[in-house]
Amino acid sequence: MYQTNYHRASSVADALKLLQDAEDGKFVSGGMTLIPAMKTRLAAPSDLIDLRHIAELKGISVEGNKVTIRAGTTHAEVATSRELAAVCPAICDLASHIGDPHVRHMGTIGGSVANNDPAADYPAAMLALGATVVTNSRELAAEDFFTGLFETALDDDEIVTAVYFTAAETCGYEKFPNPASRYAMTGVFVAKNGGDVRVAVTGAGGDGVFRSADLEAALAANFDASALEGASIPAEGLMSDIHASAEYRANLVVVMAKRAVAKARRG
Amino acid sequence: MSDVSMVVNGRKVSGHVEDRTLLVHYLREHLGMTGTHVGCDTSQCGACVVHMDGKAVKSCSVLAVQASGSEILTIEGLAATADADLHPVQAAFREHHGLQCGFCTPGMIMAATDMIRRHPEGLDEKTVRAELEGNICRCTGYHNIVKAILAASEKMKGMAENKETVAA
Ligand SMILES: Cc1cc2nc3c(=O)[nH]c(=O)nc-3n(C[C@H](O)[C@H](O)[C@H](O)COP(=O)(O)OP(=O)(O)OC[C@H]3O[C@@H](n4cnc5c(N)ncnc54)[C@H](O)[C@@H]3O)c2cc1C
Ligand code: FES
Ligand code: FES
Repeated sequence: MYQTNYHRASSVADALKLLQDAEDGKFVSGGMTLIPAMKTRLAAPSDLIDLRHIAELKGISVEGNKVTIRAGTTHAEVATSRELAAVCPAICDLASHIGDPHVRHMGTIGGSVANNDPAADYPAAMLALGATVVTNSRELAAEDFFTGLFETALDDDEIVTAVYFTAAETCGYEKFPNPASRYAMTGVFVAKNGGDVRVAVTGAGGDGVFRSADLEAALAANFDASALEGASIPAEGLMSDIHASAEYRANLVVVMAKRAVAKARRG
Repeated sequence: MSDVSMVVNGRKVSGHVEDRTLLVHYLREHLGMTGTHVGCDTSQCGACVVHMDGKAVKSCSVLAVQASGSEILTIEGLAATADADLHPVQAAFREHHGLQCGFCTPGMIMAATDMIRRHPEGLDEKTVRAELEGNICRCTGYHNIVKAILAASEKMKGMAENKETVAA
């Protein structure tokens, strides 16, 4: 790891100021992506601005079916929140399968969406649930927020402060975990609200998380895994790497979508 | 460089470190506590697991400056928390041959005590195996590690119940 200068921010305003004063600073929340990247010198920020001690970035609130998860909430906190499980168990289930217990104790939802790893789990949930990402200066719909591989609409000096969404009537997430890293080699989040079905896919898209209109149409007609019998999605534009070819991922998308629907229906 | 101070195994420590110093290196090289191991450079093996403010974390992926102000528990301090020569999890690993070369063991034991804490209702084999996701062992094939954790969990449940009856 290259040298860096650490600063602990006490508030969002303080963090913005610290970043402004830094030459090439970066925010750090759980550090579960950034610190490993710094260890391998893939990232080398001159300054680290630690957001982990900012009280206003912590906590989950549920009002009716409106859910707000503040950015500094850890994966473990999402996984074990009873309040959240009562309205949207699928997001607790998703969080409980991110990495491992130690990673979940540190990693945060804000860090995960800000990082937009093409194999991360939360982006699929955000897109399928039609979530809004809140920053210190604006609110962005998930589809406008996630813009590509590790790319978001965030400016360098913008902090994700929370995400909010309306819990879907029914939803479910299923991923095929990469056997080594546990990131999604393909993960599918399905959410149903009346006749509206959204299917968001992570781990597969060459441009990051995306929605599948074909699978959405099939499931809107019949929200049952059987509706996807014989369905397929084009391999074109999907990722191909040492873990899986684009064709293999295309098949996995349908298989994971079926399992996600079955899980959603089980509740 | 930054000043750091934290409580490690009940003892207040402080020092002056490069900001890039990982918590595991602070423990091993600055404090001379080599019980916590480094088994990989990809944050995957869990040999480095310690408890920070009561929760298991990978000390290879946390900077010492991030940990400043917190309470750290390492394998060296675990037995003292049970007021015994060996913590029940350590005793179970010995009893059930939960180790061969022993390299992964400190991390396994710190992960196991955290797991048992989070599951006061008890554990089953499937849960233990899933919860060991972040801890890699190259020797044992995990079987005896799982056995040891299950045994320790049972034993500790008994102890907690006993404590409660005494208190009542
Ligand atoms: C072994 C291992 C396994 C993992 N497995 C999975 C998995 O299965 N699924 C999965 O989805 N993820 C996985 N992860 C990643 C993990 O979920 C990370 O915690 C997460 O992606 C990043 O969150 P963080 O809080 O740790 O962010 P950091 O590492 O602190 O930051 C990541 C990036 O986001 C920026 N950032 C952080 N917070 C904010 C904010 N509030 N506003 C703006 N920018 C911000 C940082 O500057 C940095 O660029 C794994 C990680 C490890 C080490
Ligand atoms: S040394 Fe920390 S996970 Fe391997
Ligand atoms: S006992 Fe050798 S690595 Fe686990």
